[in-house]
Amino acid sequence: MREPMWFKWTRAIGLAVLALFALIPVWVMVTSALKPLADVQERFTWWPSHLSAKPFVEMWKTIPLADYFVNSLVVSTVASIASVVVALLAAYSLSRYRFRGRQAFSVVVLSTQMFPGILFLLPLYVIFVNLGNTTGLQLYGSRTGLIVTYMTFTLPFAIWMLAGYLDSVPRELDEAAKVDGCGPLGAFMRVVIPAAMPGIVAVLIYAFMTAWGEVLFASVLTDDSTRTLAVGLQGYATQNNVYWNQIMAAALTVSVPIVVGFLVLQRYLVAGMTAGSVK
Amino acid sequence: MRVTRLAALALASLVGVSALSACSSSNSGSGSDKNVTLTYWASNQGTSLDNDKQVLGPELAKFTQQTGIKVKLQVVPWADLLNNILTATTSGKGPDVLNIGNTWSASLQATGAFVPFDDSVMAKIGGKSRFLGGSLSATGAADKPPTAVPIYSLAYGLYYNKKYFAEAGISQPPTTWAEFETDAKKVTNAQHWGLSIEGGSVSENVHNVFTLSQQQGGAFFDAAGKPTFDTPQNVAAVRQYLDFIQQDKITNPSNAEYAQGTEALADFAKGKSAMVLWQAASGSLKQLGMNAADIGVAPMPLPDPMPAGGKKVTSMVAGINLAVFKNTKHMDAALQFVKFMTSTPEQKVLNKTYGSMPSVTDAYADPAFNTPAVQTFKKILSASAAPLPAVAAESQFETLIGTAVKNMLADAASGKNVSESDISAQLKAAQQQLS
Amino acid sequence: MLPYLLLVPAVILELLIHIVPMLVGIGISFLKLTQFYIANWRQAPNAGLANYRYALDFNSAAGKQLLHSFFVTIIFTVIVLVVSWTFGMAAAVFTQRPFPGRGIVRTIFLIPYALPVFASVITWNFMLQRDNGAVNHVLVDQLHLAGGDRPFWLIGQNSFYSLVIVEVWRTWPFAFLMLTAGMQSISQDLYEAAGLDGAGVWAQFRGVTLPMLRPVNRVLLLVLFLWTFNDFTTPFTLFGKGAPHQADIISMHIYQNSFVTWNFGTGSAMSVLLLIFLLVVTGGYLRLAKSGSNDA
Repeated sequence: MREPMWFKWTRAIGLAVLALFALIPVWVMVTSALKPLADVQERFTWWPSHLSAKPFVEMWKTIPLADYFVNSLVVSTVASIASVVVALLAAYSLSRYRFRGRQAFSVVVLSTQMFPGILFLLPLYVIFVNLGNTTGLQLYGSRTGLIVTYMTFTLPFAIWMLAGYLDSVPRELDEAAKVDGCGPLGAFMRVVIPAAMPGIVAVLIYAFMTAWGEVLFASVLTDDSTRTLAVGLQGYATQNNVYWNQIMAAALTVSVPIVVGFLVLQRYLVAGMTAGSVK
Repeated sequence: MRVTRLAALALASLVGVSALSACSSSNSGSGSDKNVTLTYWASNQGTSLDNDKQVLGPELAKFTQQTGIKVKLQVVPWADLLNNILTATTSGKGPDVLNIGNTWSASLQATGAFVPFDDSVMAKIGGKSRFLGGSLSATGAADKPPTAVPIYSLAYGLYYNKKYFAEAGISQPPTTWAEFETDAKKVTNAQHWGLSIEGGSVSENVHNVFTLSQQQGGAFFDAAGKPTFDTPQNVAAVRQYLDFIQQDKITNPSNAEYAQGTEALADFAKGKSAMVLWQAASGSLKQLGMNAADIGVAPMPLPDPMPAGGKKVTSMVAGINLAVFKNTKHMDAALQFVKFMTSTPEQKVLNKTYGSMPSVTDAYADPAFNTPAVQTFKKILSASAAPLPAVAAESQFETLIGTAVKNMLADAASGKNVSESDISAQLKAAQQQLS
Repeated sequence: MLPYLLLVPAVILELLIHIVPMLVGIGISFLKLTQFYIANWRQAPNAGLANYRYALDFNSAAGKQLLHSFFVTIIFTVIVLVVSWTFGMAAAVFTQRPFPGRGIVRTIFLIPYALPVFASVITWNFMLQRDNGAVNHVLVDQLHLAGGDRPFWLIGQNSFYSLVIVEVWRTWPFAFLMLTAGMQSISQDLYEAAGLDGAGVWAQFRGVTLPMLRPVNRVLLLVLFLWTFNDFTTPFTLFGKGAPHQADIISMHIYQNSFVTWNFGTGSAMSVLLLIFLLVVTGGYLRLAKSGSNDA
């Protein structure tokens, strides 16, 4: 099809405006991170008066950024992997079997997406502490508690997406594997998982990003030693000077890995979403 | 059995997750003092959280050396402290010893979360008479034993830039609000403003309005503890505060946005404003690079003549208290720690470093507390400071009034005229939300 | 047995993290759980429906403010939904056909979604400062708008627009991503057939793209609605603990009511009301979407 001129122009202008909108904060973040402190305390400038790498050096000293980084990394990694494992089992069950309560399970799990976090924040905290007192399983203030919380947050979406994905994997593949002498587990491991790989990667990204960015629960469920980046970054504001250049440097530093990872893997997310929603 | 294997796998994956991530949580054993580890939540008193750790670290080591009791220190940012105390109270799992803002004392006392310092407990930490009377007045309701003991004492003063005052031909800091207004207008020019305020900060707003209301003869709670937010005196106090921006135009409207609790002071240090109402700030001002010779401090001005019933109050009783969590398993060790932190030598060291004032009288023998600035603050604290209302609803009062003032300041700063009837309506609405 | 066993881990987690805490939360909404009882909340007296009455008494300040907050949230959600969807759809259509640089443009569009919320929103906070922010620098210093007066963006009336802009900035890339994904599964034949019938760009969009995207849109709109309506991280990072009155959206309002005024009973009651509202809207929406798809 030929594209008329008006469409080409609209497209060029539309894309330029949207790209500008998307990029301006990124530009501000990057340039401000390279500014000396005096620059960010005066009128805004698009360029640094001179480039300064100091914010990137000092940001580690102003708050224990490295500790927060490790906490976030551990929590997000374990939570996303665990979430995929649990969701995959559930999704396989929903996709391959018809049983009583199947519908109810799906409805309940999906409706938890609607729960306002603030409603169960305090109860969850109390439950964690009581579990700790009665069973010795320390969930409050530990990374474990946060991991369990985050993996559950991503479960509804993960189950829904993976079930959609598994539905698109032909049953004949399972059957074929079973004929080859694999049990349900064998079929699951050897056939279904590889076929569902794009969906799995998509869920991993989603779960990782959710855990990396969550603020409300992290602010209550962590303590000094388990604080994550999302909460810890606010520490720059508690200083007796607001180090905007360091804040921007830290924001940039904690964003780069996740943005790069996302951009590299995003085609899986697209594929996973297509399978999940277009059915 | 494949089914069981699969179930086992599922379970193992769960258990594995917990095992994998279980980190070494401290297991404080009971028994002799040798093995006791106390958890201590310190508030952020220094220039940064890290600075607090550096200041407190050696002192805690001294305590461990003296008693064998170990202390696990956590410095909690002010933004999180009250929330953390609340959640700890709800769950019953908290630190053994903790710092609280002294204005929260009555509210936290009402929760019953802390060990009351009755006479027998007081005796264990060296007796009530060691403490400054003024600071002890902000440790809970008057008819109950204190819920905490003072550790750092503070008061508000009017910091002024001597250089700017001299340039404007002013030789003395203002003592009345009329003088203040004249002076502030003189020192307001294209380069700097007369006064900077932390207008987006709930607590700074409520503290200032409280003092102004005292001067007007107002009160936010009557003798029976019933709220009286919208009295004419309180309206007048809020009006006076808003007028720094609205009518006198001696304060940069941008200050309505300042919410970090540091920005107004930073403006003063950098010469963007000639005055600021602040608690002990010499340490911060020095760190921000202000020339010590330019810094002057005086009590907040008073109305002249005093309105009917007006009190000569120039500050709230500010400061930090030390409390013991009721659920502590190491009561004796916790009290030993309180005794140590409020001992004369520790009071000298800590207050010197933080620029606050000791809460025990003996510590004032130290020449470090004889500087003019400390003398000024000591005088304010002993002669013209009033504690915030010691009622259970205090913390709600702070939040509700501070927020209402913040919103009104935002309106005034954006050029809207906030009239006295608007103020009255806002204060009334705040009072209705007090449950 | 097997299908149930496979669900066991998910069920345990859902019970522990979602279901039981939520039931406890609902229970709390019937208690007088104020500061006097939080240390011993099992002894908090039964409040019956008092918390609900307090929240829904629209003659009192608390009820009025809840209602205000609710309407602010509705308007906020509708604007964000419409604008984000429009931006996402426009971007998806514009990048549907290959052109030089398409990959770069797509990557750029996804960056706001990929950035962690706290990192990007804190940047917006920096940009929206009155004196030293980038926004006022452009509007006042460079374009000389607003008559030389620097407007506020983080307090007062404009804070609402700030919140809308930041939220749109964060969510439209997600709409773009979903719609792009949906468009990839539209068969090229359909466009060719429409082209043979003489349909132009606009007619093809209306005749092919929109109907084919209906299933995606159904999910997308619901997800965007729920996320925007419940969003807490964005306003919290942008404004701190207390949002300005004009931008006091419901999640912030409830946070303020439970954690700041220490009345978890009323805070929970408000959350339950919010949950009921969301359930009704979602249920109605799904029913509507179902009957709509049957017609199509």
